[in-house]
Amino acid sequence: MTGARTSATGSNAPGANATGSTGAGAARSPRDMRMRRVLAQTRFETLAVLRNGEQLLLSLILPLGMLVFLARTPLLEALEMIPPGTDPLTLALPAALSLCLASTAFTGQAIATAFDRRYGVLRQLATTPLGTTGLILGKLGAVIAVVLIQFALAFAIAGVLGFDWHIDVPALILTTLLGTAALLSLGLLMAGTMRAEAVLAGANLIWVLMAGAGGLVLAHPGEWGTVVAYLPSGALGDAMRAAVASGTTDVKALIVLLVWALAGTLAARRWFRFE
Amino acid sequence: MSQPALSIRRLRYSYGAHEVVDGIDLQADVGSILAVLGPNGAGKSTTISLAVGTRAPDAGEVRIFGLDPWRDHERTSVLTGVMLQDGGLPMSSKPLQVLGHLGSLYPDPVPVEELAGPLGIGDFANRTIRRLSGGQRQRVALAAALIGRPRLVFLDEPCAGLDPQSRAVVHDFIRDLRGQGVAVVLTTHDLAEAEELADEVVVIDRGRIIAHGAPEQLRNSSPENRRLVIGLAPPGPYPDLVTALNAIAPTSAGDSSVVVAGTLTSAQIADLCQAIAAAGQSITDIQMQAQSLSDVFFELTGRPLR
Repeated sequence: MTGARTSATGSNAPGANATGSTGAGAARSPRDMRMRRVLAQTRFETLAVLRNGEQLLLSLILPLGMLVFLARTPLLEALEMIPPGTDPLTLALPAALSLCLASTAFTGQAIATAFDRRYGVLRQLATTPLGTTGLILGKLGAVIAVVLIQFALAFAIAGVLGFDWHIDVPALILTTLLGTAALLSLGLLMAGTMRAEAVLAGANLIWVLMAGAGGLVLAHPGEWGTVVAYLPSGALGDAMRAAVASGTTDVKALIVLLVWALAGTLAARRWFRFE
Repeated sequence: MSQPALSIRRLRYSYGAHEVVDGIDLQADVGSILAVLGPNGAGKSTTISLAVGTRAPDAGEVRIFGLDPWRDHERTSVLTGVMLQDGGLPMSSKPLQVLGHLGSLYPDPVPVEELAGPLGIGDFANRTIRRLSGGQRQRVALAAALIGRPRLVFLDEPCAGLDPQSRAVVHDFIRDLRGQGVAVVLTTHDLAEAEELADEVVVIDRGRIIAHGAPEQLRNSSPENRRLVIGLAPPGPYPDLVTALNAIAPTSAGDSSVVVAGTLTSAQIADLCQAIAAAGQSITDIQMQAQSLSDVFFELTGRPLR
């Protein structure tokens, strides 16, 4: 579908809301109205995630379950991922945070958006005053809301388990933002170009690969480690481990995430199809 | 208000080399129902997505109450309501959640219960969209199109797959909209529906408008708009009889009937009956038929499947 609406809707002209309606909204400024619509979409999409059993499993139960499992078993020490006597949370917490982002920004959004696209939900919303820009901002808002919930729970669990905090907070925030942008743009690229069933299978498979072999959860030694450092999953894993485990900023990993975020956003803008 | 709700002029749109919309002119007025007819792939749905501004036309002009829906989407979208062919409803949500949310996107929405009640949505309000029947989803989709208090409504096959009761409810809704001064544009395959509801009909084929007018006008546009259908026993073929009848009035043969075209006099009908008796056929049925919109449609677009 060439010429599909992918750019900003509407104008900033004053009185853009003056036509047609004499309702309660007529007095509000167009900018206010736009913000309210985006927030309404954010709320709706956030609730949709929280009401959906599969999404809850993916975004809360699996990452948080893994956090508790890695923190409470001697697995990381046995694998020689951490020196003997080290708190396993120093690796378990960044692993869980990275997995939270992969679940929410990538797999969850890819699948939800692919099915919304298949059932015409995206086209329907595009005909409302929300428009496509509002829809995308609303999705972004929902991802951020769910990530905040995930992070709050993960930090609460880590606190209960007695985590010794030495986090580089600016690096954590930057990692979260860039990781979300990279994964979300790639997830939406999949959702907007492939059939819904293929996205369902593919996004889940990629989640497993990112967690198991992509450097998201654990750093990989040797040549494979060098390769995954340039993948979004490996770069996110590296940056998150640096910020949370050692309290440092992995500038190289952040740059890799930034490049993926830019490439993913450009590709999604270019190829995403609403139908 | 003299300004048309929707005006489309010389609209063009193509997928690659394929001209889906090839120079369409349309107008929809407030308080009237326009039916857009045409075979599958004629360009109806594409025309609607161009009209609501979710696609940019290659050429031509669309105006909704004077505004360009592509450039001024925020303002035109407040004035329009759209019911898409495939529903456009999120599968894992419940009907009232969806309608409440869609309403919150408009400045002056209709209260959800004002639509849910008459459309019988309360009966299945606790089920997710995924679990609804096709007819139930259609009713929710209609409510979704009306929730923003639109002054121009696009309904893409609003009654496809509905049972007769739901269809009657939806038809009443559409007539009520007209009564409230809303402009209604609906696409349909159901010619009887178009004939029953529409003030005006356009027939689109291969991206062009091939006929346009009130249903009555369209039916009368054909010179042979009345005909006499005479059922015969035993069944045909009866080539000699058809030749004899053709001498009286233009006649074509069916399997067990003959169809005589035109407005006939009593004397001609008497002659026809005599000729039939002379051929040893008995008459099982006689019907005078006005040409239906369906006949006009086939005449214009041909019978072969697309």
